[in-house]
Amino acid sequence: MSTEETIATEIEVYDLDCAGLLCPLPVYKAALALAKLEPGDRLRLITTDLGALEDIPAMTRQRGDTLVSVDREVDRQTFLIQKGTQP
Amino acid sequence: MTTELAPEPTPIAEAPPRRKRIAIVASKGTLDGAYPPMILASTAVSLDWEAGIYFTFYGLDILHAERFDKLKVASLANPAGPIQLPNILGALPGATAAATKVMKTWMTDARMPTIPEFIDMTQELGVRFFACATTMGVMGVKESDLIPGADIAGAAAFLDYAADADVSLFV
Repeated sequence: MSTEETIATEIEVYDLDCAGLLCPLPVYKAALALAKLEPGDRLRLITTDLGALEDIPAMTRQRGDTLVSVDREVDRQTFLIQKGTQP
Repeated sequence: MTTELAPEPTPIAEAPPRRKRIAIVASKGTLDGAYPPMILASTAVSLDWEAGIYFTFYGLDILHAERFDKLKVASLANPAGPIQLPNILGALPGATAAATKVMKTWMTDARMPTIPEFIDMTQELGVRFFACATTMGVMGVKESDLIPGADIAGAAAFLDYAADADVSLFV
């Protein structure tokens, strides 16, 4: 196994389902979840809040995390967030 | 009694990076008026900002231990309120209670936290609460009437906090 693959397998991905929750709860719960993760770990966040497509990118920008991907479906969004190196 | 004041702390060589800050004045004591400052403060700390709320005039009821879970929605002179009544009917006994009940049902159905729950959420995340000292004097509110964890302060203390804020809002 190459070094790169070894590193890739060490990234932990956690799930948080905020379907049905409105602002501020998806951001609030995501921040609580991210606080428990190590830098580089990832959070897969599911939302249905109409504002989430703007709010979650704003949250990662303000907190210093990275928004890796957004999967936009008709009635829900799935965000993959990588925790930054902030204290 | 004279209290010796501690000298200003010496700046640390490598201070941590400064966090953004929001300073909010909460001046409304209605149920609908209590949500916006709580939503903004809980969001700000979730963004890793510092947040402080200055509760003044009727907004002080949000910190009042016997009133903060009994905030109401006006049924009179509230054309966008949860029940649409002509003012003559909005003045009837029970109309305010009805409007309040409707909004509480909306909030519960939408799985939104109650105001007491928001108080807990924001305090746990370090939101600073200021209780307006002048409001306390004018309205006869005692320190023991307030929920724990609020700093009693005047305008100068709030402005000192707000002077270092990136966002200041009066709601």
